[in-house]
Parts: sequence; structure tokens; C-alpha cells
Amino acid sequence: MFIDETDRRILRHYLADPAASRAVLAERAGVTTATLWRRMERLGDQGAVKGLRAVIDWRRMGYEVEVSLRFTLDKTNPRAFDEFIEAARLVPEVIGIETFLGRVDVRLNVIARDMAQYQEIYRNRILALPHIAEVEALMLIATIKDSEGLPL
Amino acid sequence: MIDLDDLDRAMLRALALDGGLSAGELGRRLGLSQPAAWRRQKRLEEAGVIKGLRLEVDRTALGFGVTVFLGVKLAAKGRVSLEDFERAVVAIPEVQVVQHVLGLFDYRLRVVARDIADFERVLRRRIMTLPGVGNVEANVLLTEERRAGPIG
Repeated sequence: MFIDETDRRILRHYLADPAASRAVLAERAGVTTATLWRRMERLGDQGAVKGLRAVIDWRRMGYEVEVSLRFTLDKTNPRAFDEFIEAARLVPEVIGIETFLGRVDVRLNVIARDMAQYQEIYRNRILALPHIAEVEALMLIATIKDSEGLPL
Repeated sequence: MIDLDDLDRAMLRALALDGGLSAGELGRRLGLSQPAAWRRQKRLEEAGVIKGLRLEVDRTALGFGVTVFLGVKLAAKGRVSLEDFERAVVAIPEVQVVQHVLGLFDYRLRVVARDIADFERVLRRRIMTLPGVGNVEANVLLTEERRAGPIG
């Protein structure tokens, strides 16, 4: 895929402010609106830009607790990853699933209304997931930065 | 915290998958008129339930083939201020996410790089030189999946 300097400039501004109108983005990137539309369409067709998603503020929805659970799995079972992930998808409070190469195999992002509910989810849903060898928890205190920005 | 009805939840689910939906399209999916859909969406935004939009890109297609999560432990707590660390770390363009956590580490970082050699450069020159940085654990991201979460 060929991405030139104009594409990069557009993407920098688009990533920094996805809610901006096309006209505003074009002005910031120093291109005409027509060029911007054409470039964005091409980036979409090439699969470089996948789309927009609304970001939900779970705290506002009453979910005060967010925990990052890091698992190592029992890899003697060749289906361990697939079965673990399939089961994790059935837990509604799991808002993210990531797999890794490293000391950690899988990470689940889990939210709960309060510590009591978290404890219930952890005991009844999380520890019941298959093939867990080890679990570690990191409790989120604050998100200092959260961006999709790339040093383009 | 605002009260959400079933239509609000359906709207949140739709927007979490495609944040670029027009009010007209949202209305068609939910059986609402275009103005009614628009009013509901505005209400969710004003209540802060929708924090904003996130542009999803294919980082590999844009030349960033490596994403690494770092767990960072500060070396000498008490002597180094968290503010100094945070101010320095958020300024690194390759660092997309900074979370202050409680547990085995003090911070979680998501770092993007062009390849493993580029990641090593970022790690040595930018991360290991941060004020107060101690132990660092790296896990290379293989797959990631965002889930809709407990909406309705």
C-alpha cells in the first residue's frame, strides 16, 4: 500500500480529532474538501482506515471499577487459547480481549459497578474460565492518555 | 448518572460498532424518526455517556507493525514524583496509552513501533530514560478485540 505525505497529514489530523467535520479536517490538513473525500475513501478501501466507534464512558454508566486481568494459560492443551477466549466473550463485563507474546498470554479488561460486584464477577465468571494457569490483576486508578495517534 | 431505556442502549450498541452512523440511519435501525434519533444521540453525548469518537486504523497497514504493552514499575517511589513521570511519558509520540494502575506495576503503557528494531530504539532512548523508571515488562500484542460490554 502506498501512503504519501498528504495521506499522512490527513490521518494525523483525523486521528487527533475524529469528530471534526470533513471541511474542518480539509482546512487543517491544507487540502481541498474534494481531495480529502477522495483520499479518505481510498484509505478506507485499502483497509488502512477501519471506521469510527463511539467511546462509551463506563464511569458515567455507573461502572466505577475497571481491572486489567492478565492470564497465563495452561498451554499443554492446544485448544486453550480458543476455549478461553470463547468463554470470556460470554462474560458481558469483559470489554476487551487481547492476546500477547510474552510472559502474559491473554489480558481481559473487566468493568464492574463496585468492588462487591467485581468480586462476584471475579469469583463466579472469571475464575470459572477454562485453562487458567495464573491470574494477576492491575486495578485502574486513572487513564492519563488514551489516543489512537501514530507518529506518522 | 442518567437513566437509559432500551432504545438508548440499542443506540449505544449501534454507535459503539459504527460511530459514523447518521441520525437518519440510526433512526431507521431503531424505528425512530430522524429528529428523534438525533435528539437521543445528543442527550447521550451531553450526559457524557458517549465520550467521543475513536478512529480505528490498521496500524500495520500504516507502517506500525508492532504494538507492545509495557508494565512499568517506578524505581524509587517517594523520591520521584508521579507528575514528572507522567509529564514525560505522555509526550512520547509512540506512547498511545498511559494508565496509572495498582498492582504489580505502577503504569501500563501501549507503545507503537514500526518493527522490533524500532521498538528497541523507543524502549532504550525514550522509555528507559524516563524519570524514576524501574522495572519494565514487555508483552507484544498479537490480537485485540473490543467488546460491546454490559449494555442492556
